Amino acid sequence: MSAAPARAAALPRVALAGNPNTGKTSLFNRLTGANARVGNYPGVTVEREIGRWSIDIGPVEVMDVPGAYSLAARSSEEQVAMRALFGLDGDVRPSAVILVVDATQLVRNLYFALQLIEAGVPLVIALNLMDVARSQGNPPDPVRVSDALGVPVVAVSANTGEGLAALGVAVSKVLARPDEGRARVTWRYPSAAERDVTRLVPLVTSADPTGAPPAEARALAIWALLSVEPGDELLDIPANVRREVATVRAAADAAGRDLDTEIIGARYRYLDGLGLARPPSTRITLTDRVDAWVLHPVFGLVSFLFVMGVLFQSLFAWSDPFIGAIEAAFAWLGDGTRAVLPPGILADFLVDGIINGFGSVLVFLPQILMLFAMLGFLEDSGYMARVAYLVDRGMKAVGLHGKAFVPMLSGYACAVPAIMATRTLERRRDRLLTMMVVPLMSCSARLPIYTLIIASLFPVDGRFLWIFPVQGSMMVFMYVFSTLMALLAAGVLGKTLLRGPKVPLLLELPPYRLPRASSVLRQMWLRAKMFVTEAGTVILGCTIALWFLLAFPRNVVFDKDYDSLRAGASDEVVEMLDAEQSAERLQKSYGGRLGKLIEPAIAPLGFDWKIGIGLVGAFAAREVFVSTMGVVYGIGADTDEESTPLRDRIRAEKHPDGSPIYTPLMGLSLMIFFALSAQCMSTLAVVKRESRSWRWPIFLFSYMTVLAWVVSFAVYQGGRALGFE
Amino acid sequence: MSTTLAHLPLRRPAQIEAVGGERAFRRRLLELGFLPGVAVQLIGVAPMGDPLEIEVRGCRFSLRRAEAEAIAVSSVESMAAK
Repeated sequence: MSAAPARAAALPRVALAGNPNTGKTSLFNRLTGANARVGNYPGVTVEREIGRWSIDIGPVEVMDVPGAYSLAARSSEEQVAMRALFGLDGDVRPSAVILVVDATQLVRNLYFALQLIEAGVPLVIALNLMDVARSQGNPPDPVRVSDALGVPVVAVSANTGEGLAALGVAVSKVLARPDEGRARVTWRYPSAAERDVTRLVPLVTSADPTGAPPAEARALAIWALLSVEPGDELLDIPANVRREVATVRAAADAAGRDLDTEIIGARYRYLDGLGLARPPSTRITLTDRVDAWVLHPVFGLVSFLFVMGVLFQSLFAWSDPFIGAIEAAFAWLGDGTRAVLPPGILADFLVDGIINGFGSVLVFLPQILMLFAMLGFLEDSGYMARVAYLVDRGMKAVGLHGKAFVPMLSGYACAVPAIMATRTLERRRDRLLTMMVVPLMSCSARLPIYTLIIASLFPVDGRFLWIFPVQGSMMVFMYVFSTLMALLAAGVLGKTLLRGPKVPLLLELPPYRLPRASSVLRQMWLRAKMFVTEAGTVILGCTIALWFLLAFPRNVVFDKDYDSLRAGASDEVVEMLDAEQSAERLQKSYGGRLGKLIEPAIAPLGFDWKIGIGLVGAFAAREVFVSTMGVVYGIGADTDEESTPLRDRIRAEKHPDGSPIYTPLMGLSLMIFFALSAQCMSTLAVVKRESRSWRWPIFLFSYMTVLAWVVSFAVYQGGRALGFE
Repeated sequence: MSTTLAHLPLRRPAQIEAVGGERAFRRRLLELGFLPGVAVQLIGVAPMGDPLEIEVRGCRFSLRRAEAEAIAVSSVESMAAK
């Protein structure tokens, strides 16, 4: 083993814990700068950031613990904080804990502190948001809090940087002498509750092979009494602990005692007795004034629609010039490469495989950066909680969390950033459910396909119900249809595969705060980097694989001798022959053979093998279907949905029996297939990244493909049976 | 006057009498300070009639009507009248 990792591993670890909305993440960023490594907590898909912080005692590792109101837990996700703080997840046990406390909400925040004090964890309390508390009047006095609790307390402000050096000094002292961070204060639980705890202590101690110190064993026994229950989703709870908790709780119930209120009530009585609570303020705060508008039955919805409109516009329109610039840059790079290299396999590989692959990855960055800028602003300002509050009623109806609204809306622009945005949801089940239905929203890559089909096959002056233009109605129908299918899928998946315990809504509506640019920029950078390095490699690999499918085998035996035909022909004829040869090459490629191979499966939907090739090509990105069809039909690769030759050709395509392939009914079937199928490798790559498993992208692809096939089949065959064409 | 948190008039000062509900959820409420004897107010109702905005110990939370109905409260004025 080399010296460097050994030294890194020996750094003392300091955990940073605290309630949500206390500015814990801002403080983490302040302490560690931009050098954090992102990983996972052992055994769960909860993201963990660890960074370095240099203090008096030397460099230490700071571990960001997920925000929580308490250590008590019902699910493995809620249990992460407790397992990490006590080193029960098999990872390095923190040598000290910094508890970030909101100075404006002192008593509720100190509830968490009591649990750490009870366990004898070496603790330093960082009294954050002191600047806000001061501006409100009656700020807490750190010395009084420290005297009351018997642990070091440092006033800090992650906003201004105040007190960070003093925090470093305090943590250094506690690391050097852990007892300085251990309080000697005690509070009593009702004697019956104390007896219950005592019964559990020996079992908890034996669960830890190293033998927990008495204070910690007692704290873990209390934790188990509050947390363990039949049907919980906690990890590593020994069977004898489960049995004893059940016995103890049943006895308490039988005696008419309420164990939870006994324990939690005693802690709050102790806290209230310290006299640290600030006198209740009757002043109307800025948050009150803003909420009077933002949560108003009418203006609230208007302002909500405005904010969501800005978010959508940024993804759909404002990112467009940047996307265009990236595409142009890679096209220029490709042309330049072709200009200096001899035509052939090497140039094709570099341009169509590598350069195109990098372009396919980077083209997502404008939307990802835009969305995370918006998300950072929404979350850090406190508005995201209001979004959940405003839409909860509607989202609940289909089993989605209110915060899933933003990813769902973003799905109309592109599923890739939308799936990355599911990280704003706390529970894994909510995240997965949202990820599984976001790709059903009609993203902007489907628009060129809808445009091509509708413009080619539906009459431009046709009317639906006498007044509505047919073409416009079809477009509106596709969007309404895809939205309804996404909501339906959410309802069904949420009640079947992703059925979870019903967790009632309990949402804090924190005071509004001004987001910090550095914090938002840091998230944007982190997410973009993660997308490029993790999802990006999968996308690059898939692009090269697709290129191989569509460009090989190289030694095609052509039906015509194109070279001799080209000799002496006019430029116009040469161009036609080139296009014809490209079409034949594509039709005889592996991808072309795949198109023929799947023809029996797609024929019942009204598609022929040439469309099958288009479906294979569209896997790179749905809009590639249009240019692939351009090549298949021998029109050239530079076609788009506005291309008249492509539209003419589509109308002229015939089955071997002479009937037209493209009919309005078949066009509808094709649009529905694209609306419902997961024809997008980038979506699958990003689902793999965000779910940390191949299982979910495979499931997503399977269910959407089956759904697309079944609905297209029903529409096409049902329509034919009814006499439509 | 005894009622539930869901039926309280807006911004009427009240006091929590008892917290009911499914065990893990009830525990989370208690840990956030929803304890018997604590002052509570119904601050607002979302535009579609649910969920509710509640204030406890100077913090704002959102709960659905169904869960708020399991929280028994007594309004403070009526206690003074008794």
